[in-house]
Amino acid sequence: MSFPWARAYEPKAPLMRYLDEKLPLPRFIFNAVGAGYPVPRNLSYFWNFGVLAGFCLVLQIVTGLILAMHFAPNATLAFDSTEHIMRDVNWGWLLRYAHANGASFFFAVIYIHIFRGFFYGSYKAPREMIWLLGVVIFLLTMATGFMGYVLPWGQMSFWGAKVITGLFGAIPLVGEPLQIWLLGGYAPDNAALNRFFSLHFLLPFVILGAVILHIWALHIPGSSNPTGVEVKSESDTVPFHPYYTAKDGFGLGVFLILYCIMVFFLPNYLGHADNYIPANPMATPALIVPEWYFWPFYAILRSFTSDFILSAKLWGVLAMFSSILVWFFLPWLDKSPVRSGHYRPAFKWFFGILVIDVLVLGYCGGSHAEEPYLMISQIATAYYFLHFLVFLPLVSWFERPTPLPFSITEAVLGSDDAAILGASTPTAA
Amino acid sequence: MTRLIGIFVGLGFAFVVLLAFVFGAATVIGEGHLKEPSAEHDYHLEAKNIHFASDGPLGKFDRQQVQRGFQVYKEVCSACHSLRLVAFRDLAQLGYTANEVKAAAAGFTVPGIDPNTGEANTRPGVATDYFPKPYPNDIAARAANNNAIPPDLSLMPKAREGGPQYIYSLLTGYREQPAALVRKYPGAKTPTGLYYNPYFANLNIAMPPPLTSDGQVTYADGTKATVAQMATDVAAFLVWTSEPTLEKRHQTGYGFIAFLLFATILAWFSKRQVWAPLKPRKHKA
Repeated sequence: MSFPWARAYEPKAPLMRYLDEKLPLPRFIFNAVGAGYPVPRNLSYFWNFGVLAGFCLVLQIVTGLILAMHFAPNATLAFDSTEHIMRDVNWGWLLRYAHANGASFFFAVIYIHIFRGFFYGSYKAPREMIWLLGVVIFLLTMATGFMGYVLPWGQMSFWGAKVITGLFGAIPLVGEPLQIWLLGGYAPDNAALNRFFSLHFLLPFVILGAVILHIWALHIPGSSNPTGVEVKSESDTVPFHPYYTAKDGFGLGVFLILYCIMVFFLPNYLGHADNYIPANPMATPALIVPEWYFWPFYAILRSFTSDFILSAKLWGVLAMFSSILVWFFLPWLDKSPVRSGHYRPAFKWFFGILVIDVLVLGYCGGSHAEEPYLMISQIATAYYFLHFLVFLPLVSWFERPTPLPFSITEAVLGSDDAAILGASTPTAA
Repeated sequence: MTRLIGIFVGLGFAFVVLLAFVFGAATVIGEGHLKEPSAEHDYHLEAKNIHFASDGPLGKFDRQQVQRGFQVYKEVCSACHSLRLVAFRDLAQLGYTANEVKAAAAGFTVPGIDPNTGEANTRPGVATDYFPKPYPNDIAARAANNNAIPPDLSLMPKAREGGPQYIYSLLTGYREQPAALVRKYPGAKTPTGLYYNPYFANLNIAMPPPLTSDGQVTYADGTKATVAQMATDVAAFLVWTSEPTLEKRHQTGYGFIAFLLFATILAWFSKRQVWAPLKPRKHKA
């Protein structure tokens, strides 16, 4: 499952040799993220975000585990026990702010990771399985994030849960019974809060399992790289350790600085004031919005305002779920043999517009559902679907990519001494 | 095949959402404006920009001020508003001595149980008690306040957009409803029993102006108790009740950031050193 020149693990100390015979865990680590994993030498800092996402997952599990020791998952106690954590638990405020902002940073990191995949064609063969698992991880993370936001049982927790679970009510025939079954009642209450807590505790470990599969699948073809040209020879790669452990170490430092600025100095900046008001089913907040990381999808949901064969609500629900499900089909929608956007003159533009489009959707999703935000999000939603389902297939059909480098080594050094297998690559000057 | 189905589905979603756009645009053009003009939209004001000692990454509590704010809460606000997440013992953080905390607690009457009969009664508060609620339940609160429940104040600066600035603005923002407003929006005339306040989201608040005259409280430290001063002080007090760990958070933050800066600079040099042998030799002669 690796390149032939990958360094082999050779335990020297007797204890390590003993361990290698009985349980070769050090060998496993060595081959996974050690010197035994050869990685393209030209990865940019965009390739740091996988490791950062893994770090965020561990951070969320550790802080969440301790928070769960002090939190009471009961509709009459949840809000006050959250405040108990903030006020009376030693370093409880740090744990809670670290966990709440950790979710935001987790999503920020995941989004950059996903968009890196969009631009560099990381979803293409032979890495489809990595991509599919990644989309599964993203869906699981969204579910976990949503249920976590319900737990403090503030106004936005309650009304967010009501709106999102209400989406199931749009499904014909089974919608309403399904919604009641999911919530354990007609509206979010103790039953819903309790099961959300249970699932919020479980899902991160499911995510962890999916992440292990994601990394396992990654180690079969090896990491992609900014040129999109596959590894050809040993000079194209460097061992993960120390090269990328060092690079990831620096990236992690920068990430942690930004994260700590938020946790210690702007801990509520990304939150919503209404969630410091205890849940009240009798008082609807003026603006019901989810956390920022769901805004683009929330904008898509709300942009369907006219019935057409199906009800507007059902269209919105279908579109919102489809907007993520469409990612599953990317490897078969974009058939361009060139992976990297750097060598795809037309795709590059569409990708740029998509980035702006999703930011615009995000802005509209966080605003009131009124004009002009509705009209803007309608245009943006149309582009979103056209991009993935119409433009990508057509572009991959018509586009003439620019010439690729012969190899990663050539892209980095300007020439590749290993390039002797016929394909002559004259180096200028 | 995937691509053909994809193109079909994509065009379908785009068609439906653009249809909605056309209807939306037609409505806007038909009505001649993006959204219904409203008194709230025209007359609502953003919170005044006043400075609190706790603002910003270097923020600390001004303990004198927070103590004054506590006095305003005790003598004015506590008549209607609870502070249920704060215990008297917490007051020690404001620089009160143990005896002062005991005395402050004893100044409040809290629900108790008669040790002999087991019947509900009341007793003076002790340090471990939480601030008592002014009303036994929501129905009583509504009955006493023209059908509005005075909200709990423990988290108020975090529970409202604008934070302590909003609280200050609200407390000092009461005024006569502008005649122009009523002329333009006759339906928006402040109903009897409500009070016009442009800082409140819907402009009409059920709370009567709580701070009405200078000298409403007498500060022990000799600060002149103007309405603006009392409003600032009580807003500062509520910042503390909403986030008593604010100072500790800021102080811990400097340590974290300083360590991380140091560690990240080291990581940068170590990364450079590790990668140095691989650096492309740009001009190899």
